[in-house]
Amino acid sequence: MTANYETREHDVLIIGAGGAGLRAAIEALAQGASVGVVCKSLLGKAHTVMAEGGIAAAMANVDAADSWKTHFRDTMRGGKLLNNWRMAQLHAQESPDRVRELEQWGALFDRTESGDILQRAFGGHTFKRLCHVGDRTGLEMIRTLQDRGVQQGIDVYMECTSTRLLTDNGRVAGAFAYWRENGRFIVFKAKSIVIATGGIGKAWRVTSNSWEYTGDGMALAYEAGAELMDMEFVQFHPTGMVWPPGVQGILVTEAVRGEGGILRNKAGERFMEKYDPKRMELSTRDVVARSIYTEVKKGRGTEHGGAYLDISHKPAEYVKKKLPSMYHQFKELADVDITKGPMEVGPTCHYVMGGIRVDAETAQSTVPGLFAAGEAAAGLHGANRLGGNSLSDLLVFGRRAGLAAAQHAKRSSTPSVDNAQIEQAEKELLAPFSNSGTESPYAVHRDLQEVMQNLVGIFRTDEDLKKALAELAKLKSRAAKLSVEGSRLFNPGWHLSYDLKAMLIVSEAVTHSALARTESRGAHSRIDHPSVDPVWEKKHNVIIRESGGMSRRELPIEPMPEELKQILAAESD
Amino acid sequence: MKQATLRVFRGDSNSGQTVDYRVPVAPGMVVLDALHYIQGHLAPDLAVRWNCKAGKCGSCSAEVNGRPRLTCKTRMDDLPQDQPITVLPMKSFPRIKDLVTDVSWNYRVNRKIPPFQPREGVEWKISQLDVDRVQEFRKCIECFLCQNVCHVLREHDKKEQFAGPRFFVRVAGLEMHPLDGLSRAGLLKDQLGLGYCNITKCCTEVCPEEIHITDNAIIPLKERVVDEFYDPLTKLFRKMRGV
Ligand SMILES: Cc1cc2nc3c(=O)[nH]c(=O)nc-3n(C[C@H](O)[C@H](O)[C@H](O)COP(=O)(O)OP(=O)(O)OC[C@H]3O[C@@H](n4cnc5c(N)ncnc54)[C@H](O)[C@@H]3O)c2cc1C
Ligand code: SF4
Ligand code: SF4
Ligand code: FES
Repeated sequence: MTANYETREHDVLIIGAGGAGLRAAIEALAQGASVGVVCKSLLGKAHTVMAEGGIAAAMANVDAADSWKTHFRDTMRGGKLLNNWRMAQLHAQESPDRVRELEQWGALFDRTESGDILQRAFGGHTFKRLCHVGDRTGLEMIRTLQDRGVQQGIDVYMECTSTRLLTDNGRVAGAFAYWRENGRFIVFKAKSIVIATGGIGKAWRVTSNSWEYTGDGMALAYEAGAELMDMEFVQFHPTGMVWPPGVQGILVTEAVRGEGGILRNKAGERFMEKYDPKRMELSTRDVVARSIYTEVKKGRGTEHGGAYLDISHKPAEYVKKKLPSMYHQFKELADVDITKGPMEVGPTCHYVMGGIRVDAETAQSTVPGLFAAGEAAAGLHGANRLGGNSLSDLLVFGRRAGLAAAQHAKRSSTPSVDNAQIEQAEKELLAPFSNSGTESPYAVHRDLQEVMQNLVGIFRTDEDLKKALAELAKLKSRAAKLSVEGSRLFNPGWHLSYDLKAMLIVSEAVTHSALARTESRGAHSRIDHPSVDPVWEKKHNVIIRESGGMSRRELPIEPMPEELKQILAAESD
Repeated sequence: MKQATLRVFRGDSNSGQTVDYRVPVAPGMVVLDALHYIQGHLAPDLAVRWNCKAGKCGSCSAEVNGRPRLTCKTRMDDLPQDQPITVLPMKSFPRIKDLVTDVSWNYRVNRKIPPFQPREGVEWKISQLDVDRVQEFRKCIECFLCQNVCHVLREHDKKEQFAGPRFFVRVAGLEMHPLDGLSRAGLLKDQLGLGYCNITKCCTEVCPEEIHITDNAIIPLKERVVDEFYDPLTKLFRKMRGV
C-alpha cells in the first residue's frame, strides 16, 4: 500500500497546546530537543485561554505569612488526602518560580502598592495566593507561553487531531493524526510523547468546557496501555450560568466570591452559614457545589433553578475593574448588570482530577516514553482541586514533563513505526464514511450527555451508576454504527465521531471507578455511602485496558514521609 | 417556539452559495447556538470554529448581517427576525469551508515581531498604573475581526507589506511594557507597514474587546516612528529619560 499520509519526525512530540503542552515544549526545546506540538484548535484557543481567576503560588506578596508548606497543606486538605503528596510538595515549592518566569517572559500581572504581583483570595487557600490579571489570567498565560515557544522555534501543527498512539514493543514510537482542514493523515515519529490534552467535561450536558474536552489524551494513553487513576473525581464548579438556556454552564469565576461575592437562596438566606460557617462562600468547590444543589433540590432555588450570587455591594467601578469579563458576560448574554443586582448560578461540570497515572518527578506514565501533564494527568489534586491550582499545575508539571521527555529522547534510539497500526488507525477513522449504519454522532453525543448528567453527576448511587454502565454499553454499540455526511474537508460531524469514542472510554472509566468507591470524598458523593471510609483513604482506583475490555484495580497510596505528615498536621507555620 | 431563518454560506475555496435553515429561537440564544442547532439537526458537516462560547477565545468570528462579529456574543433577539439572518465567513481571508477561513497568515506575521526583552538589570517592580495602560493591548483575543475590516487588507490585500491592526496592538503592548528595552520602530516602518494605515478607525469599531486600537495603539506607535526616524532630538530625549 502506498502511504496515504505525510510523515514528520521529532525527538519530543507534544499533544496539546494549552498551558501544560506549551510549557513542556519550551522546556524540551531548552534541552536541545526537536519539538513538535499538535493541537485540535488554532494556537492560543486551548482551554487555558479561558481561565479567569488566577494562578496559585505561595509568593507571600500580600500575606507575608504564606509559604510552600501552607500551600501544600491547603492542597492536601482540599484533595481529602488522596493527592500524590510528592506532587503536592513539588507543586507548592516550585510554582512561585514558575510564575516569576512567566513575568520574565513578558506576562503582566496586577500589582500591589509596592509594585509586586498582586494575589487574591480563593476557596480553600488559607492566604491570598492567586496571582491574576483581572479575570483573564489564562489569556495572559497562554499568550506569554505561545509567543515564547514560537520565538524559540517549536513546530506547531494546528487543527490537527491525534487519534492513536503508535507503539514499538511496549514503548512509544509516535502518533497518528489527521488535519481537520482537509482530512488528510499525518504520522509523527517520536522518541517521547507528552499528553497535554486537558479534560473530559464535554461528556456532561451542563459544562463549562468546550468541544475540545472529550478526553482524547486519556483515551489515547489508555489504548496504548497506560493507567487511568482517580477517574471518579470530576469537579462540578459551584457557579455556572443557569439562564438563559443557551449559556447554561458557562463559568462564573470563583474570583467573584474571592472578591467578596455572597451566595443567597430564594428567601434571601446566606445559606453557606449552614454548610460551612467558617469558610462560607470560600469553602472548597465540592462543598459549595453540593450546598447550592441541595438548596435547589429543597425548593429554595431561584426562578431558573440556581442560587443568587451577589457582588453588587461593592463599588461598581471596582467590580468592573476586577471582574471585567464577568461584567460583560452577564450584561451581553443575560441582560444582568452585576454591579446592580445578583447573578443566578448553579453547578457546572468543570474539571477532572483523575487522569493518566504518572510519576511525580518525571511525569512519565507506566508506558516508557509516554508522559502526561496538566488536566490530562492525575495525582496532584486528589479528590478535589482548589481553584488556581490548575494553572500552577500546568507550569510546574508541564516543565517537568518537557524536561524528562527531552532527557528520555536523548537516551533512546529511534523507534520504528508499525505499518499495521497505521493502517488500522486509518481504517477506523474512515469507517463512518462507509458504514451502513444511520446513527448521527450528534444524537449519540446528546444521549451520552444525558446519561452522564443524570446518572453520574454531583450525587451518585449504586443503582444509578449501574444503570449508567448499561446505558454506556448501548451507546457504545450505537457508536459503532455512526454514519457521517459530506466529505473529509473540515467536517465537524466526522470529527465528532472520533471524539465520541474517546468520551465513551473516559465516561466508562469514571463510572466504573465511581461505582467501586463506596464512600463520599471530595467531589465524589455517594448518597448510599455518605461518609468517608478510612479504608478508601488509602487507595486509588486505577483503570487499565485488558484483552477482555476495561478493568479496574486498586492501588495502595504510598506512605507519606514524617516531615510532610508534620506539616500537614500543623495549624500554621 | 419562535423560529428564525439563518442564511449561511456553504461552500469551499472554489465555489459556494448561501443556504437557508429554519431554527427554533430560545430566549437569550446567540447566533453560534443557532449554528450548532443546524449542525446537530440539519447539516452535520457545517464547518464553524468555536471554543469558549463566552467571548474569550476569539474563534467564532463571522459576518452577521454584513457586520463582522463574534457569533457567540451576537444575540438573536438583537437582530430583526422577520428577514433571514445572513452569516458569511470573514471576507479578507481565504475560504476553507463554510464559515471557516484560513487565518494562518496572521500567525506568520506574528513571528516577525521580536518578543519582550527586559532592560538590563531591571528590578521587577511595576506600578499598577503602568500595567493598566498595557493591559488594554494584552486583552486581545485574536479574533482577527479588525484584520478582516481594515481596508488595507480587505480591499487592497496588502498582506505582504502590512501587518494589520491586530499586530499594531501587539507591538504597542511590547513597546509600552514598562520593562521592555527594545525598539520596534524600524520594524513598524519597514516591515509591518504602519504607514499604510490612514486612521479610518474601522478596526476600533469592530473590536469585541473594546481596545482603542487607533487612538491608543496605532497613533502613539506612529509618533514613535516619527521620533525615531525623523526627529533625532526627541529620540535622544526619550533615551535619556529611559522610556
Ligand atoms: C472557564 C474556565 C475557567 C478556569 N479558570 C481557572 C483559573 O482561574 N485558575 C486555574 O487554575 N484553573 C482554571 N481553570 C482550569 C484550567 O483552565 C484548565 O484546567 C487548564 O487550562 C487545562 O490546561 P491544559 O494545558 O491541561 O489543557 P488545555 O489548555 O485544555 O489544552 C489542551 C490542548 O490539547 C489539545 N488536544 C486535545 N485533544 C487533542 C487531540 N486528540 N489531538 C491533538 N490535540 C489535542 C487541545 O487542542 C488543546 O490545545 C478554568 C477552566 C475553565 C473551563
Ligand atoms: S485605522 Fe488603520 S489599521 Fe485600523 S482599519 Fe483603518 S487603516 Fe486599518
Ligand atoms: S485587536 Fe480586537 S478586533 Fe483585533 S484581533 Fe484583537 S480582539 Fe480582535
Ligand atoms: S467561541 Fe470563543 S469567542 Fe466565541
